[in-house]
Amino acid sequence: MATVLKIENLHKSFKLGFLLKKKKILRGISLSVEQGEVFGYLGPNGAGKTTTIKCILGLIFPEEGNIEIFGHPHLSPKAKEKTGFLPENPYFYDHLTASEFLDYYSQLFLIKKEEKEKKIKSLLRLVDLERSADLQLRKFSRGMLQRIGMAQALLNDPSLVFLDEPLGGLDPLGRKEIRDIIVRLRDEGKTVFLSSHILQDIEMICNRVAIIVNGEIINQGALHDLISEKILFTEITLSGVGEKELEGMGEYFSGHGDRTLLKVFKEENVAKVLQLVQSSKGKVHSLIPRTETLEDLFVEIVKQG
Amino acid sequence: MKIKAIALNTFKEAIRDRILYLLLFFAAVCIIFSRLLALLTVGDRIKIIKDVGLTSLSLFGALMAILMGTGLVFKEIDKKTIYTIVSKPIHRYQFLLGKFFGLVLTLFIMLLLMSFIFLALVFFHTFTIEWEMFVAILFIFFELCLITSVALLFSCFSTPILSSIFSLAFYLIGHTAWGLETLIKKIPPSFGKTMAQALYHFLPDLENFNFKTEIVQNLDIPSEAFLYSVLYGIFYTLFVLIIAIVIFRKRDFI
Repeated sequence: MATVLKIENLHKSFKLGFLLKKKKILRGISLSVEQGEVFGYLGPNGAGKTTTIKCILGLIFPEEGNIEIFGHPHLSPKAKEKTGFLPENPYFYDHLTASEFLDYYSQLFLIKKEEKEKKIKSLLRLVDLERSADLQLRKFSRGMLQRIGMAQALLNDPSLVFLDEPLGGLDPLGRKEIRDIIVRLRDEGKTVFLSSHILQDIEMICNRVAIIVNGEIINQGALHDLISEKILFTEITLSGVGEKELEGMGEYFSGHGDRTLLKVFKEENVAKVLQLVQSSKGKVHSLIPRTETLEDLFVEIVKQG
Repeated sequence: MKIKAIALNTFKEAIRDRILYLLLFFAAVCIIFSRLLALLTVGDRIKIIKDVGLTSLSLFGALMAILMGTGLVFKEIDKKTIYTIVSKPIHRYQFLLGKFFGLVLTLFIMLLLMSFIFLALVFFHTFTIEWEMFVAILFIFFELCLITSVALLFSCFSTPILSSIFSLAFYLIGHTAWGLETLIKKIPPSFGKTMAQALYHFLPDLENFNFKTEIVQNLDIPSEAFLYSVLYGIFYTLFVLIIAIVIFRKRDFI
């Protein structure tokens, strides 16, 4: 697969406060993103995720380092023509209607009139805002703004899309809608660079991730390489078996009513518990084997960092 | 094309600003008030109307340019709308020029409206269309273009309040810098005189765009004076815009 984004040894610091004290934000970031993948860029608040994206898109200038998009310098028009960007908490010109807004942005890409109208319609359909095409953006909800932001990011049919916290602050339905659009982009063969700290979503849609802490990349790679598939423990919810009988099988927690939650660490004990339930004429309500999650890995890395 | 798109969006945004209409209202009040002032004056009443009217156009036009211009770029950065613009295949100078032309278009429309009220008032007194007035208004427009570029320059690195103070200072200094010329003539050759001369050449001279007195008093104006003022306006505006672009090109949008 071809490399679409290559970052080498990126450094950036800001002068903050009255005394203009220098604060290092990025300390030698290096990463590469391959064509067609959804790349998750994870990190706690203030780790440097947005600063990295701003450097890539030319909103701020790095002090050191090299950035290439599709083999072109990141600030060249050729690179920018192939990228789309949805910023965190997007705010747009609220005096414009959704279609006027997309029309304005399409002029920045010099899209021809006939093509423009078709494109705007299809994008409004994609983000489910067809009925709000003539509504001013000031009347849009947070979720709607996020979706119109997504539409503007896709106006030029980009091959590489940068999404900065696209799922933040959205309700579950809004999150699902944005997630579905990202999956659709992936299926269309586009590359998505997704910065987020909502780990469940990242785990669901990303192929590869990089974890950034204090301006440094601590870990990066394919999700299945980073997360162990070994079962850590099995959670069994059961009823009809006494506490004494379950002694030594695992950690015991009393649940709602007569239900008991048991955390079984040894695999051979799972079979024993099930036999016990059968002999006591009890009932198993759920049995969930827990493997390591991205959240476990993230928490561990951040704690070490 | 890209500059045009940004300019039209700036225009659409600017004409929604209530400050603009408030200033337009006060400009209209001042122009109409000149009629009352003329009644109280001994002498040529129409000259008072013309003088007060043209001064109102210049003053309120400048206030519009300063108050709108100083917020132009700052608002885009503050509200982060610039993020999605600069990340598109667009040069930063195109964005800045788009903003400049958008505001110049807004000021042109506003000046047109104020001029209509003023010329209507003059017409009701003289029952003739005084074409010389258009020349004075045209040079007021040149002055407004220069003030817009200055407001835009300050807007690239400062807050709207500070930028407004700086731009207003530019306007006031620009209309009083001619006093330095008199001072230079009066002081003997010295270091002070050299400094005063250097300052005189560095400071803007907005009186170059002021043909009010000559036109109101029906005095002859040599064509070289018009040419000099036009060239002065164009080059000074370009100079200020270039400085603004240089600053804006290097700016981090945090």
